[in-house]
Amino acid sequence: MAELHVEVVAVEREVWSGEAVEVIARTTEGELGILPGHAPLLGELAAGATVRILQAGGGEVLAAVHGGFLSVTDSGVTVLAEVAELADDIDAARARTALERARGEGDKDAERRAQSRLAAAGQSA
Amino acid sequence: MGAQVRVYRRRIRSVQSTKKITRAMELIAASRIVKAQQRVNAAKPYALQITRVISALASQSVIDHPLLQEKPDASRSAVLVISSDRGLAGGYNANAIKTAASLEARIREEGKTPVPYLIGRKAVGYYKFRGREAADSWTGFSEQPTYEDARVVADALIAAFLTPTDEGGVDEIHVIHTEYASALTQRPVANRILPLVVEESDAPPPEGALPLYEFEPSAATLLDSLLPRYVQTRVYAALLESAASESASRRRAMKAATDNADELIKSLTRAANSARQADITQEISEIVGGAAALSDS
Repeated sequence: MAELHVEVVAVEREVWSGEAVEVIARTTEGELGILPGHAPLLGELAAGATVRILQAGGGEVLAAVHGGFLSVTDSGVTVLAEVAELADDIDAARARTALERARGEGDKDAERRAQSRLAAAGQSA
Repeated sequence: MGAQVRVYRRRIRSVQSTKKITRAMELIAASRIVKAQQRVNAAKPYALQITRVISALASQSVIDHPLLQEKPDASRSAVLVISSDRGLAGGYNANAIKTAASLEARIREEGKTPVPYLIGRKAVGYYKFRGREAADSWTGFSEQPTYEDARVVADALIAAFLTPTDEGGVDEIHVIHTEYASALTQRPVANRILPLVVEESDAPPPEGALPLYEFEPSAATLLDSLLPRYVQTRVYAALLESAASESASRRRAMKAATDNADELIKSLTRAANSARQADITQEISEIVGGAAALSDS
């Protein structure tokens, strides 16, 4: 089975790169899954979105992505993000405090960022 | 012990403690250079990708965006000067500010008004001392800038660019940052970052041909959110490179200071030794002279 080369690139560093069988993301237009051989596409990811990368053999990588773009080309998928964090690196407790603080301050941007981190960590906001 | 010798010893001790400080600063700066360079390299993949995406977008659709529009009757030019928060970095700040001054002179020659935007306490101090008003300034992150810092700066610049000129906006934006050529050479350079210029070129882009994208949402909407990000990335890259240059300049300045302290200690020790010897010689000749005087009588 064909594989996709996936890169998750944040501004400050490259977060993840590897092979995958499917990438599921939500753009501002709606959710989409990308399989190998997908037509080239450039999309803007919805605020506070998570990107799921399904690997061959059932593995799954979940990343919280904020302020991102999705670029699908013949050579693979690139997720460009202002901030991107892998689920394994996310401290759920800290994300929750960040969420509460953002809600308290009425900072919509920070609130969505915290929500996506919580969602990626597998908890509901 | 003679008074002279005591004075020398005191100066040697003072120079030694200064040397300890400059040596420590040299080592800290050296480790910061490595870290700063790693961050410069870590930020490259994103910059490369976003440039590719915008190039693809630009090659595929007719793009028309305020950030791309050259204003024909430009009268105000913003100059963003990136300096450091702390001194003791050799000619780093002086060079950056000098480049800013020559750019401002050129802008004035073209009949426009330079509008300074400042990063780093040194540039702020320089402008304040000369009683010159800066449009905006940011301090506190020159050595370890984050993307958040770059975003704040870039957003302020973009906002100024999008404001009409007669309401205090600017028509073009230049950035002065210090390029890190090597550990020994850092050059201040001036670049215009806004309005952005779309270059038409027939040469194939690096890393293969650009993909023919489908857009989701429309190309125009994407451009709207991509271009400000691109400007932020440019500012971020400039900040990171300046931070690396700052540390490199500081390391070199502190190395020179440490070497000078060594030199000074050496010559002071020589002087102290000869003063001590002169004391001893004098004492002996006094004793001998005294003894001779006694035996003669």
